[in-house]
Amino acid sequence: MAGAKEIRTKIASIKSTQKITGAMQMVAASKMRKAQDRMAASKPYSEKMLQVISHLARATPEYRHSFMAVERPHKRVGYIVVSSDRGLCGGLNSNLFRRLVIDIKEKRAAGAEPAFCTIGSKALGFFKRFGGDVKAQVTNLGDKPHIEDLIGPVKVMLDAFEAKELDAIYVASNEFVNTMTQRPMIRQLVPIVGEEQSAMPYHWDYIYEPDARTVLDALLTRYIESLVYQAVVENGACEQASRMVAMKSASDNAGDLIGELQLVYNKARQAAITQEISEIVSGAAAV
Amino acid sequence: MAMTIHVDIVSAEGAIHSGQATMVYATAELGEVGIAPRHTAFISRLKPGDVRVENEQGEQEHFYVSGGMLEVQPHVVTVLADTAIRARDLDEAAALDAKRRAEEALAGHTAQFEYAKAQAELAEAIAQLRAIEKLRKMKG
Repeated sequence: MAGAKEIRTKIASIKSTQKITGAMQMVAASKMRKAQDRMAASKPYSEKMLQVISHLARATPEYRHSFMAVERPHKRVGYIVVSSDRGLCGGLNSNLFRRLVIDIKEKRAAGAEPAFCTIGSKALGFFKRFGGDVKAQVTNLGDKPHIEDLIGPVKVMLDAFEAKELDAIYVASNEFVNTMTQRPMIRQLVPIVGEEQSAMPYHWDYIYEPDARTVLDALLTRYIESLVYQAVVENGACEQASRMVAMKSASDNAGDLIGELQLVYNKARQAAITQEISEIVSGAAAV
Repeated sequence: MAMTIHVDIVSAEGAIHSGQATMVYATAELGEVGIAPRHTAFISRLKPGDVRVENEQGEQEHFYVSGGMLEVQPHVVTVLADTAIRARDLDEAAALDAKRRAEEALAGHTAQFEYAKAQAELAEAIAQLRAIEKLRKMKG
């Protein structure tokens, strides 16, 4: 019966693991919904800002902020790497890092050296192992990231850009396609892309207080911060979705394993009973 | 029906208010401004303080913003708030606490950086208190 007992404890231990993964799956599902709401809530702010920025850029063509300047040759590039703080979320972080490494290789081949700013402890841990010039980092943002926590690290990178230590800054984060799919993405942050110089239908301009330059400077920094915040929030939604899927498959696997073990256990039990009966019968026959 | 202007107050973490108003007051960089419908296009930085929105019924709603941008077009006012929470939700005790902490930090300032940070915190706490006082007066 020793074999049967061992199998029984094994089944019990897998069952308790299954309970944990099941609970984690449900927690991730509810957190994912909240994270998606946060994602949607952060959109109007940056959209409005982009509108105002592109208007200002057209209204004051004589002043080009360095964030909007034409691309200069890339000698050093900065990456803001957005990762999760916790593990057990499938291949989310490792997929992102893999994508990043490919990108870095390409940039290196083109003669550009990378520098990094990490958000989330997984990215930090990655660069600890990987090596790399990490200029700033922030960890433990929690489920509700606040923009205040991001201002510091973003500023470090933007200052480096303005001091011409960096020629471009990219954000590496996961894009939330749907619950099942998260795609690692590397987007260019500065110089700002996607702002179209279409002609104005008729000329009008704002009254500026105090002046256009100050307003534009303040707007641009906030706009970039909000883009990074969006990446962080989106990555948070990806983390929860990915964890939910990973925990669901873990629970399913545990179920399969329990089924198989149960079969083995039943066989072992039956074999033991058969053996006992045959022992009794042969004992009786001997008497 | 009175002339109205559409007001949006948004922060990076979500939309705070959206609706029609007959008048909007805000603390701009160079002083308090009042925006009536069909105001000319105007853009300014906001100082920490409250934004008041007067609706068609003549009621005023208060929103505390700790800085941001104010964008005005003839029919739309947009407040891009740094962080704004509803003024009536402000916890006076927390503001006092923040002020005290900032003052304590100012008392023993060592590094230049910390000094500047504390000064900013102090300015914000004072602005929060002022917003609460105004609300009190209106209710009392």
